[in-house]
Amino acid sequence: MTKWVVKGLKTGIKTTGYPGIHETAEGVSPGRPGVSGIEGTEDFKSIAESCPADALTSTKDGISLEQRRCIDCFRCSRLAQNRITRDDGYEWADFTAAGKPLGPAFTRSVHIRIVDAGACAACLSEIKLMASPYYNVHRLGLFITPTPRMADVLMVAGPLTEHMRLSLEKTFEAMPTPKVVIAVGTCALSGGVFGPSFAAQGGIGKTMPVDVEIPGCPPPPLAIIHGLLLASGKFRKQKDGGAL
Amino acid sequence: MGLPLNNIVKFIEIPDEVDSRWQGRVRVNLDTVGLCAYLESDTACLQDVCEWLFSELELSFATIVVEENASSLQLTYIFYGEPGAGQVNVLVNLPLSQTIVPSISHHVHAADWQEREAEDLFGLVFEGHPRLGDFVLHEEWPEGVNPMRKSFNAAMPYPNREPDPDWRPMALVESQGAFMMPVGPVYSDYAESAHFLLETVGEDVIRTILRFFYKYRGIEKISEGKTVDDVLLIAERFSGTCAFAHSLAFCQAVEEICGVEAPERAKALRALLAELERFRHHVTAIAGICASTGLAVAASQAQISEEKLLRLTCRFTGHRYLFGANTIGGLSFDLTDEECGKISTAAWDITDKLKELKEMLMFTSSFLDRLEQVGMVSADNAVSYGLVGPVARASGLSRDLREIWPYAGYGNGLRFHVPREQEGDGYARLRVLFAEAEQSVNLISQVASSLSSGPVNVDIDLKPGYALGRVEAPLGAAFHWVRLGENGEVLRYRVMTPSFVNWHGFHLAAENFAFQDFPIIMATFGLCIAESDR
Repeated sequence: MTKWVVKGLKTGIKTTGYPGIHETAEGVSPGRPGVSGIEGTEDFKSIAESCPADALTSTKDGISLEQRRCIDCFRCSRLAQNRITRDDGYEWADFTAAGKPLGPAFTRSVHIRIVDAGACAACLSEIKLMASPYYNVHRLGLFITPTPRMADVLMVAGPLTEHMRLSLEKTFEAMPTPKVVIAVGTCALSGGVFGPSFAAQGGIGKTMPVDVEIPGCPPPPLAIIHGLLLASGKFRKQKDGGAL
Repeated sequence: MGLPLNNIVKFIEIPDEVDSRWQGRVRVNLDTVGLCAYLESDTACLQDVCEWLFSELELSFATIVVEENASSLQLTYIFYGEPGAGQVNVLVNLPLSQTIVPSISHHVHAADWQEREAEDLFGLVFEGHPRLGDFVLHEEWPEGVNPMRKSFNAAMPYPNREPDPDWRPMALVESQGAFMMPVGPVYSDYAESAHFLLETVGEDVIRTILRFFYKYRGIEKISEGKTVDDVLLIAERFSGTCAFAHSLAFCQAVEEICGVEAPERAKALRALLAELERFRHHVTAIAGICASTGLAVAASQAQISEEKLLRLTCRFTGHRYLFGANTIGGLSFDLTDEECGKISTAAWDITDKLKELKEMLMFTSSFLDRLEQVGMVSADNAVSYGLVGPVARASGLSRDLREIWPYAGYGNGLRFHVPREQEGDGYARLRVLFAEAEQSVNLISQVASSLSSGPVNVDIDLKPGYALGRVEAPLGAAFHWVRLGENGEVLRYRVMTPSFVNWHGFHLAAENFAFQDFPIIMATFGLCIAESDR
């Protein structure tokens, strides 16, 4: 067994400095369509109208993006021959209109229950990677718990299939208050390519109150960590003197 | 790569053989260019024909495709064999009023789940099937409502359904001390939603009953009537970790219908990206196996490689899971030769790390104790259940669609071998994963060093017709049946995935082993539930 200990030590620290610093390694995030500064010319209008997920709309002076619908199909960028570039970054999470963070009692440790409500496995894969060496959310006091009784945060991915509705409701009810719900990924926010239909609800917002939304298809691990920090009240905006 | 002559001879002899056995009751059409035999059968001969194909010709069973036309139901049973043995489609036509079909799953056990699925979704009754009933659609779904029928409106949320909170499973083991352990649908940390009923007397799991389709999104139904571009988005996103393989299968089906081939460069790059996805997928699976045995350092090492591969993919293709890469007619972007070289170099670096990890794992006795002789699947069972992919190859089977129908760039002089192990236990599955990962990197560098120049996509005029897209996804054979209408809209989209097939055989491995082996057996199967539930 000592060889494994030595191996682990030799590997050194791989973990990102986020949220203390901005992570700039290539490939941590696919970005999102960069629509700011796009002029409202005819060809851009037609590109916006051809968006298969209705995430783009053409406005008077340009194009606006509703990222909670965007499914990362890259068709706008490729149709526009890359004149629509990708905005780097990953701090996309935001509170819903009624969403509130957990109280000040949760600044040290937060427990998270993850529920798969019909996700395609890419969101779950990114959630799983949150606990891997590169991201290691334990250092931030964020823990995954197997039981809803101990959970403060309910994290849901997927469009909410009919067959998962009861299980999700039961999980939510089993959690003690105060609790927050985080919807991860475009499917959980707007249904994505799956819904609403006879088998899926088109997002979890119709079934339970969502506090924080993390858009992306799938959102990269850093976006999910950002959402968790927001929901747990650990994240302070830059104007308060840096994150955390 | 020449096709084995004896397989071709067998294929050409199919019409004579059929005539001598069924004397004109089964009509045969042979397509010698596409190596496909069409056998039109009546329901009386269906069982015998399928048994003959499966047991005597030793063909594998791919899928049942049910299609509803204005006046009839058409069932297509698809079989395929070794390279050169071709594909056999058995066609059965039923009038709309007839819903009874003889079950073939007594002879072709691989069809068991597919018949149950068709029973639920189309309301067909497979006569002689021992266990029809709630399968895809759970108890709360009223009998007689069959969502895949044309009369069912997919856009409307289905109104009259309330799940029964008091639903209890039915126990089958009756004995003193017997109990049933329910697992799921919400369980473990990051696990996908599924429900396992483990019946036990004491320590060993005696029966494993899978209650799946919690994640049923009805992709086959919601695809109907959509344009091919919209369905491509669904094909790519129903199983996000194998997005490229499934979108490729769909694109290839549409390209075949329209009689267009992707340009050579696109074909080569498709092979490269498909192997990159397979590589990343297998690294993830290896990380899962290490984590399931509690070997944290090894799991972390594999996860470091996994994240490196995701970043690599994102850096060169824009997306960490290769979304948006495939288009009908080719690829949506080009990679320069230099970029392909960089991908290849980076992949080799990760392979070195992986080899180191493999070396260490092979000499860690506490790890091997958990895998060796655990979760055994015999070769006979693997054939009977029609298992595919790494799971089947660990039990001595070696069918691989990349060899059978060299699609994309695989036919153009790429050399690879399909690794195979005999034991059928967890350790054999792990070794197959390692060996396949290495083959993938080898393929990536072969493609990177032999790229021809040219465009990466062609324009396509949509035509009506049907075709079967066949791709060896990371988990095994994937079949996408597409039928397009007059205006290029999708009339029928049938998806058969390796996870669906292999979950059917999962109980073989899980039964008669102790409870604590269950998560490890699950990890060595490495299956995806999103892919099987669809």
